Amino acid sequence: MGQERPQPPNPAPLAKATESPHAQVDDMTDRDPSAPLVKIRGLHFVRDQRLIFDGVDLDIARGKVTAIMGPSGTGKTTLLKLISGQLRPDAGRIVVDGEDVHRLARHDLYRLRTRTGMLFQSGALLTDLDVFENVAYPLREHARLPESLLRKLVLMKLEAVGLRGAAPLMPSQLSGGMARRVALARAVALDPMMIMYDEPFTGQDPISMGVLVTLIRQLNDASQLTSIVVSHDVRETSSIADYVYIIANGQVMCQGTPAQVAAEPSQWVRQFMDGLPDGPVHFHYPAATPERDFLGQGPRDA
Amino acid sequence: MINALASLGRFGLSALANLGRAHLLLLAVLGGTAALLARPRLLVAQLFNVGVLSLLIILVSGLFVGMVLALQGYYVLSQFGAAESLGVMVSASLVRELGPVVTALLVAGRAGSALTAEIGLMKATEQLSGLEMMAVDPVRRILTPRFYGGVISMPLLAAMFSAVGVIGGYFVGVGLLGVDEGAFWSQMQAKVDFHEDIVNGVVKSMVFGVVVTWIALFQGYDAAPTSAGVSRATTRTVVHSALAVLGLDFVLTALMFGE
Repeated sequence: MGQERPQPPNPAPLAKATESPHAQVDDMTDRDPSAPLVKIRGLHFVRDQRLIFDGVDLDIARGKVTAIMGPSGTGKTTLLKLISGQLRPDAGRIVVDGEDVHRLARHDLYRLRTRTGMLFQSGALLTDLDVFENVAYPLREHARLPESLLRKLVLMKLEAVGLRGAAPLMPSQLSGGMARRVALARAVALDPMMIMYDEPFTGQDPISMGVLVTLIRQLNDASQLTSIVVSHDVRETSSIADYVYIIANGQVMCQGTPAQVAAEPSQWVRQFMDGLPDGPVHFHYPAATPERDFLGQGPRDA
Repeated sequence: MINALASLGRFGLSALANLGRAHLLLLAVLGGTAALLARPRLLVAQLFNVGVLSLLIILVSGLFVGMVLALQGYYVLSQFGAAESLGVMVSASLVRELGPVVTALLVAGRAGSALTAEIGLMKATEQLSGLEMMAVDPVRRILTPRFYGGVISMPLLAAMFSAVGVIGGYFVGVGLLGVDEGAFWSQMQAKVDFHEDIVNGVVKSMVFGVVVTWIALFQGYDAAPTSAGVSRATTRTVVHSALAVLGLDFVLTALMFGE
């Protein structure tokens, strides 16, 4: 009755990775423009005595949109927090643009974060600032710009997400979709090399979802960004992704282009991609036998 | 028996861990002092939030506490023919004890709970994580200005509480009960000592300012990022602050005025 746990595909090891530890270190911190922007090797992470990642290896290619998909609660958001250094892994390494995130000093980690952006599920806008000031915030913190130039830059970022007219509004006056677009404008304010999107489509109406899908792809291509989209919205995410990882049970279950993943024969992957209610992941949560619960022999009847 | 011991041990370990985290947070908050000096606007905003917005409750409470002190004091003092000493009794009680203590309790209830709720909600809505991801240290940007806002506001509010309390005592003692006005003010001036009474009262309220604001910030920053978690943290701020203020008041009083 237990949930089937399909074997994950063999992760493609980095060249030389198995030859010697030093070879692996050299390779992972390589800043070659053709090398992946993010490299994760042997990631282990435990939270509240629950194993979230059990030896995950994955690469995020530069200039591409990479989707991380998987059922709710599999650690997709946790993965973004690990990549951004907000959480520390129990084992394994995460290298972003040649820098080992969890070995960086605080100052260097913050310097790295000025080159990355993150779109939170809630938008995470500062509620005491209006839309303009929210987008201006990272510029005011990290770039000493004349006010006139800052104003033009902020309005350009807002124009890119279609919300220049919303500059004077407060976050409480925005719809969920608008808040995420403002957060997106803020995330690209410092022209980062990479943006991480945490469940960008959750709770969006079809119009907002379509806008966000288009924006993520267009921003990625126009600004030559690297994008990581964490989501369980299979159709929308697959439509803009160049490469897809599906994670579950602490491991990478499947990876490839959207077409390759769509053709994956594994029952588990098929159930997830096609949204089937029953399969290797059972509809019913593990429970005692129905006879025990319904015929009065359960512990609550004792 | 073993289970009870195990529970006690878990409680002790958890309390120690909390205390450790609170001290680490305080160190991080103090570490942001230099950065705050470069941005005094942040401090002014928090002086307004913690200090100015608490003024109404402090002034009204101070007035009534002073009036009640005068009523009760007159009843006792008049039995010994010492009603003219009412001014000394009211002012010494306010400056030494009631001013710092009641102000700290009121600030914990109004501003402390607001600080905890604000920071807890910022955590729950990922605003603190958002700052982290913008390479902005939320402890230095959010917590340090609020800490100094509370620490600076507390003695000022306590001074105003005591001043308004004395005025309340004057209205009741001189205006309603007929105590001699000259005796009320002159005995107060002669008997209330600047160092012994006023400075010690200010020191007390500064200590309470540090403790109340520290507890409020820690509870908010350490809150579970859920509505229930923020609610629990807000309650803990008021309860822990009240207990800490009353306990510390005894210790400080013993140190300052004990033989």
